[in-house]
Amino acid sequence: MNWSLHKHIFIAFFRAGMLGYGGGPASIPLVHKEVVENFEWITDEEFYDILAIGNTLPGPIFTKMAGYIGYRIGGMMGVFNAIVASVIPTVILMITLVGILMTFRSSPFIEGMTQAIAPVVGVMLLTLTYNTLKSTKQRSSWLFVIILTLISIIILELLNIHPAFFIVILLIIGFSYRKKPNTTS
Amino acid sequence: MIYWEIFMAFFIPGIVGYGGGPASIPLIEHEVVNRYEMVSVEQFGEILALGNTLPGPIATKMAGYIGYETAGLPGAAIAIFATVAPSLIAMILLLGILIKFKDSPRVKQMTIFIRPAIAVLLGVLAYQFFNNGLAEAGVFHTVILGGGSFLLFEKSKIHPAIVILLALVYGVIFLS
Repeated sequence: MNWSLHKHIFIAFFRAGMLGYGGGPASIPLVHKEVVENFEWITDEEFYDILAIGNTLPGPIFTKMAGYIGYRIGGMMGVFNAIVASVIPTVILMITLVGILMTFRSSPFIEGMTQAIAPVVGVMLLTLTYNTLKSTKQRSSWLFVIILTLISIIILELLNIHPAFFIVILLIIGFSYRKKPNTTS
Repeated sequence: MIYWEIFMAFFIPGIVGYGGGPASIPLIEHEVVNRYEMVSVEQFGEILALGNTLPGPIATKMAGYIGYETAGLPGAAIAIFATVAPSLIAMILLLGILIKFKDSPRVKQMTIFIRPAIAVLLGVLAYQFFNNGLAEAGVFHTVILGGGSFLLFEKSKIHPAIVILLALVYGVIFLS
């Protein structure tokens, strides 16, 4: 077994889990930071594919991403390791601290801490949004990106169509769309 | 059988909850409060509020804690497994197929088509976090925290851990 790889898998998902305030979605940019930038296990492209497929499936997104990336780079042991690292430490914190937190729940310190985190997570997610669009543009064109983004905004936000449903439709269109040769990379 | 009930209570929200952990919270509440009566509505609200002050994914924190309170460590393990495993297995199977054909031009095209939709979903999440910031910390602090963290991330390539810790300290000093 590759101990150094598994040590890194553990560190990557431990950090992403412990620093993610505001539930699993807040951890997405942190996972990106670890697996794409820090450890370079997967490419930007693959990260967005994983995020997209993850969004078409039910269940918590952070553990789906951690489990899959763990599997992709470390096999079954990698899945186990990534899930343990992303879930167990925060569950232990929860079980041990609930008693104490009950007493300090309305303490201004805790409230101040949770309030200060929201804008930071917002910035990280916005950066990821921009990177996603930029990476799409590299393989198509700005026109394509703008049109598809506008369509996505209308369908997801104005018409409130379920994302999973919309992504499946896009996958089908992408699969069957006929393109002139030599226009893609 | 208590372990079976714990498994079912978290398995159902795990496979019908779309949109990540936070989206499955009402489904978990329905199972553990209404169906199996493991905790009361008030307790559930308390656990959720406390869970939100701690880091990490919320669905597994709720599962771990409620499983532990109901049936000790095995209860916690079963609840977490039921929350995580079903969707993870589906994910590995689906992506396995996709990766196998990843060099096919059609699959490449598929992944380009979904990307703007993913960007929109991320953008909406970002908007929600900014909105929370505005509602709770106010315009002034949101601009300082947002602008400050943007500069730190973009100009100095500092690890997010440090920025998040700085923000927590900022919260204790200026927002409490």
